[in-house]
This record gives sequence, structure tokens and C-alpha cells, in this order.
Amino acid sequence: MIAEIGHFALGLALILACAQAFFPLAGAARGRVLWMNVAEPAAVGQFAFVAVAFACLTYLYIVSDFSVATVAENSNSALPLLYKIAGTWGNHEGSMVLWVLILSLFGMSVALFGGNLPPQLRARVLSVQGMIAAGFLLFIVLTSNPFLRLVPVPANGRDLNPLLQDPGLAFHPPFLYLGYVGFSMAFSFAIAALIEGRVDAAWARWVRPWTLAAWCFLTLGIAMGSWWSYYTLGWGGWWAWDPVENASFMPWLAGTALLHSAIVTEKRDALKSWTILLAILTFSLSLIGTFLVRSGVLTSVHSFANDPARGLFILLLLGVAIGGSLFLYALRAPRLKSGGLFSAISREGSLVLNNFLLAVGAATVFIGTLYPLFLDSIGGDKVSVGPPYFNATFVPLMVPMILVMGIGPMLSWKRADLAGALSRLKLAAAVSIVVAFAAFIFATHGSVLAYGGIALAMWLLAATLIEFADRIRLFRVDWRDSLRRAAALPRAAYGMTIAHAGLAIVIAGITVSSAWRIESIQVMRPGDSVNVAGYTFTLNGVTETQGPNYTANQARFTVTQDGKPVAVMLPEKRLYPVQGMPITAAAIRTNGLFDLYATLGDKTGDGWTTRIYFNPLIPWLFGGAVIMFLGGLVSLSDRRYRIGAPTRKRALAAGARASA
Amino acid sequence: MPYKYFLPIALFIGIVAILMSGLWRNPEKLPSALVGKPVPQFDLPPLPGLEDKKRGLSTADLEGKPVLVNVFASWCIPCKVEHPLLMRLKESGVVPIYGINYKDKPEDAARWLNELGDPYQRIGADRNGRVAIDWGVYGVPETFVVDAHGRILHRSVGPLTSSDLEKTILPLVKASQP
Repeated sequence: MIAEIGHFALGLALILACAQAFFPLAGAARGRVLWMNVAEPAAVGQFAFVAVAFACLTYLYIVSDFSVATVAENSNSALPLLYKIAGTWGNHEGSMVLWVLILSLFGMSVALFGGNLPPQLRARVLSVQGMIAAGFLLFIVLTSNPFLRLVPVPANGRDLNPLLQDPGLAFHPPFLYLGYVGFSMAFSFAIAALIEGRVDAAWARWVRPWTLAAWCFLTLGIAMGSWWSYYTLGWGGWWAWDPVENASFMPWLAGTALLHSAIVTEKRDALKSWTILLAILTFSLSLIGTFLVRSGVLTSVHSFANDPARGLFILLLLGVAIGGSLFLYALRAPRLKSGGLFSAISREGSLVLNNFLLAVGAATVFIGTLYPLFLDSIGGDKVSVGPPYFNATFVPLMVPMILVMGIGPMLSWKRADLAGALSRLKLAAAVSIVVAFAAFIFATHGSVLAYGGIALAMWLLAATLIEFADRIRLFRVDWRDSLRRAAALPRAAYGMTIAHAGLAIVIAGITVSSAWRIESIQVMRPGDSVNVAGYTFTLNGVTETQGPNYTANQARFTVTQDGKPVAVMLPEKRLYPVQGMPITAAAIRTNGLFDLYATLGDKTGDGWTTRIYFNPLIPWLFGGAVIMFLGGLVSLSDRRYRIGAPTRKRALAAGARASA
Repeated sequence: MPYKYFLPIALFIGIVAILMSGLWRNPEKLPSALVGKPVPQFDLPPLPGLEDKKRGLSTADLEGKPVLVNVFASWCIPCKVEHPLLMRLKESGVVPIYGINYKDKPEDAARWLNELGDPYQRIGADRNGRVAIDWGVYGVPETFVVDAHGRILHRSVGPLTSSDLEKTILPLVKASQP
């Protein structure tokens, strides 16, 4: 009964989404207020029905109703409650419902809180949101119904993939989706602007907080996924340029570019058609990220054959959404006239360069991710594109970007004094060279790349801090005056400083952890010791333990340094009997500067294979990502966003109006 | 009209065209020169290490009753996808499944079968892939329906789906059962 209610609610949400897609758009075109007013109740109702459907599905997972096919395939009665709930979105069908739930939540918030938007713009934005929702709901109802019943009812379920039974991964998809779906708002605003034929500062100010929020969530989602692969996959690495990882990284790169180009559109009334194009591309990449990961098409075109109906629908949906919006762009974008002129050396100029590098970076990742698929399509060999490609193409692109990141914020709008900015950054350059040189002296081994990475990270950190000090005139005026200036700075400025500093910390973490990682793989018998980076790991023994739904071999390592005990580490190798899948659970001991990392492998003869790593600065990598997320949040809390966008009238009076 | 604004859509169409051509190139069914013809002459040894449990596969084994011949390898991900379906088919006992283990290390193949289950009545080890060439196999997995007279009735490329099985393969097997 519950399943049928959920199914029915999805159907009703679909009908409302169709109404929301059609009436407001037609009403805005013909000036019928009544039709435009359909948007609001439709958006609220759509959210309500999708929420009912999602609640039904979650309930079915919690009570382990195995008469429902997705529950039987992705859950088990022995599963802990947290993972029963997480199982709701730990599969294709459920994750699609979560996607639409978030989409309709965002749509509803525009309907409820978008009162200060021009009514026509609001109607069109909501209509585009309705179209996206209708496409997804149709997809769910026709090809991915999560409420499908199963006859005969199995006695127990086939369990959630043990890899997903982890707190990090349980909440990784919701955050990724908050990011992906958040970009749908920028997309809807972009399409609405194309239909209206105008983009102005008010528009950009509305788009920015949505983009920023989406960016924050995506940053955190990617960091969580990376953290999860670090401690679960048991190989000590955190990023493998895997297609699934790339699928979330591409929208992040494009979204980061969008975030910055929207600033130029808001502040300087320039880069309009580029911002619109980025908004379309960012959401397109989000769609590709959502679908292609789920459909498995990234592994091979053949995987569409697993479920041809679903594959065809996905292609159709992507074709209509991306192709349609790019076509609209081709027709309408030429009409968007940009106002603000600027010279190459200016804040705008540096943001254009940043956008260019980010876009090329995203394209590089895109090519590397889809190249095997292309080759397969034209009948070539099966190949896989691995880290060497990305390290050789993507990394060099980021070097100039980070150099410019240090300089850009120092430049003024319109026309800037590059020599002046550089002279203020002399200190940053000096600090970065000194630190890199110190690393060269003290670290025993390392490549030129590693010292270069350290110099870059220091450069960015120092330049970011100098820029902040500059703003509050630190040491140049009385400290009380500086403090007053600091208090008066907008939160957006703090957000930038925090996020850029966070990136510097991430870069330091990436560089140091990949250059100075120590790895030791060996067979150990109980009583054996191994020395890694000055720490002695002694294997006391391996015992069998029992988890809620798995059995495990648990190793006990005593770690000592110069004879003094430091830690006891308990890595496990778990076996989940339902799927017969072994999982390594690494033991990690961190002190904020480095991680000691141990995993237990297979039994070999009378000993055990063990892997022990010394991972320096890995905590900075994840900590830095969290700092970037926090920087985004701080910026999001800026007063300008809370009091809402300026009205079009004021924008008009300022002469910022784009075109008639 | 400024043509540069059409660049994104042109690029997009190009990408889609390439991917679509891939879809049409590799549809579920591929015509095979062998359909309707007798199976090629071959004699494959059993998997080393499993000799006592599982016999090899040769042309002579394919006569007498309709069978499925499934070409698989432990290194092939789509094989893993179709594997549960084969296990279910084996449990149902409708039609025997014979395996050709394609370009695989024997110990890997044995481990694969041990871990995931073994749906095959017989397995021939085709280590260098020569026999697979005679069958016209160009990728794994592929599945052939062979009738009681040793003729190939149908060839399916890529992982089997339950709709393939129900709509095409099982009706063919039923029709050719004596």
C-alpha cells in the first residue's frame, strides 16, 4: 500500500511539473498574470508530492519491505538502521527520487522567497525548473520506478553494496546532488534570461548565491568522496582520476568558473553571454555526472545494452536539455550586449584568464574521461586513460591559474596597475621561494615538482593574506583603525580570503602527501615489527570479530616511537556474507600534520599481508577542502544576499540595463 | 548573424553524433556470418586446475540438444554483469550453458568461478583466443544459441539482459527442443 501511495505521488508530481512547465512560460509570453501565478502553487505542490514519495520509499527501506524490487536488491534486514536509510539513495532508482526531491525543494524556495524577482523572470525560471522536473519524473516513472513490486517476495534482500556501508559514503550522494541540482538554478535563470533577452546586474546577483551554494555542497561532496576512497579502498590514495570522480569534478571546475564570471557580470555588466554559456555548461556537466555514472555508460557504450530503454531515455533527456539550451543560446546570445569595457590588465582581465584556464581544465578532464568511450564508439581499441594523462595535462594548467589567483584580487576593476600589484606581492614571492628552499634543504628526497608545488601553495597563501592585510591597511594605520576596517569588510571578501587560503592548504596537502608518502608492504607474522618513518609498527596478532552484518579479521598493531608507545591501531578486513564481498577498513591515526595508516590484507602462509603508510599533510588536504566550503558559506551569508537582489528599477537607473 | 554563438551547439552535436554512432555500431544483436551455419570445428582442453571437475569443450559436445555457448573471461567487467543471470538460468535447468574461457589465466578463471559461482556444465580454455576467432567473437561476453544439430541459431554480443533471454534466446531454445 505504501509503495502504491509513493508511486501515485510521483505521478501527481509529474502532472504538476508539466503544469508548472507550461502555464507560467505561456503566461509570461502573453502577459497573463493568472497563468504566471500557476507557478507558485505548482512548485509547492510538486515538492509536497515528491516528498511524500521519498518518505514512502524511505519507510519501505526502514521496514525492509522486500516485496519492493529496489529494496530487495539493495537492502537487507540485518543492515544497521543508518544504512537502511542510506540505502534509499544507494541505488539508481532511489537516487533519482532524491535528485528530484532536491530539485523541487529548490524550485519551491524560488516560488516562496523569490518575491522580489520581477514576476516574468520568476515565472520563466520556475517554468524551466518545471521542465527539468518533468523530464526527471518521466524518466523515473517510465524507466526507473523505485516502487516496482516483486513476485515472489524474497525472504531477505541482497544487501546494500558493502562499499556503501560507510558513514562517509552514506552522505556523499546527497551533498553531490545538492551541488548538481543547485546548478540547475543557475541554468534555469540562464534560460529564462535568454528567453527574456536580457541579463543585468540584478539577474547576476540572483544567480550568484545559488551558484555559490551549489559550489559549496559540491566541494564538500567531492571532498567526502575523496576522503572515503582514502580510508576505505585501502591503497592510501585519495584521487585516481576515475571516470566517476571526474564526473563530479567537471561540474565543479565549470561551476568555479561560473562563480567568478558571475561576479564580473554583476559588478561590471560584462561577460554576459559567457556567463550564460557557463551556466548552461555547468548544469549540462552536472546532468552528465548524474546520469553517466548511474547508467555505467562510462565504462563502456555496451552498458547501455543492459537496459536499452533507460539508456535511450537518458540520451534523449540529455539531448533535449543540453542541445535545446545550446540552440537557444546560439539564437539569443548575440542579442546580449555587454556594457562594461575593461583593459587586459584589470580585475576583469584576471577573472577572464581564470575562467579560460578553468574551462580548458574542465575540457581536458572531459576529453580524458570520454576518450575511451569515443575510441570504443568508432570501433577502436579498448583503452583507459589514467593519472599520467591528467597529471601531464591538467596539472600544468593549474600552475598559471594559481599564480594569477595570487595577483587577481590585488588588481582594480577596469584598468589596473600590474607593477604596483606585483611590488606588493614581493613578500609573497620571497616567502614562497624561502619555504620551497627550506623544504629542499630539510627534506631528504623530492622532485622539482614537489618543491614547485610547495612554492605555489605558499605563494597563494601569502598573496591571499597580503591582499587581506592590504584591505584593512594592516601596519599602515593604527591597529584599531585596521580592526574597524576589518569589521566593515563585507562577508563576501572574507569568503574569498578563506576559500583561497583553503585552496592553498589543499595544494600543500596534495604536494607533500604525494611527494613524501612512505609505503611499506610486507608479510608479517604476529610479533613481527616494521619500521616506517621512524615509527615501529608491531603486529600483536589477528583476531576474528563480529560486526552487525559482517565478520572481520582485526589486526592489532602497537605503534611506538623511540620505544615510547604512540598508538594502538586496529585495521580490519571485513567480509559481508550476503554479497560475499571483502572490504578493507583502514586504521588511521592522525595528528593534523600526518597520518599513520595501516591496512590488513590476506593471510599469506602463516603471516598476513599488511600495508603501512606514512601520509604527510594528508589532513591538510581534507581540512583545506572543508575551509573552502566554509569560505563559500561565509560569502553566502553576505548581507547583500540576505536582503535580496536590487530591483530592476535601481539597476535601470544605474544605466546597467543590457538591451531592450 | 554571428556564427561563433553556434560553436557550442555544433560541438555538442559532434560529440553526440560520435556517441550515437557507437550505439548503432554496437547494438545488442550483431549479424554474424555464422548464424544458420554449423559451429566451427574445435577441441578445447579443460581449465588447468579444474580438469577433474569440469571437462573441456569440443564440437562433438554441441550435438544432441540445444545449448548456450557463452564466451567469458575473468577480466571482463560486463561478464560480471551478466553472471547472475547465467546462474539463475543454470538453476532453472532450462538449457545447459557451456563456457569458452577467453584469453584468461587459468588461476584467475578458477578464482572467478569459485567466488561468483560456476554456471557452466563444461568449460573450454581458449588461452590464445584462436577458437574464439573461428567463432567470430570479437569481444567478451558473447553468447551463442546452438541447436540440437550443432548449428548456430543466434548470437548475442555484450552482457545478456533478462529481456534478451526471455524475448529471444529462450523461445529459440524452446522451439529447437525435440
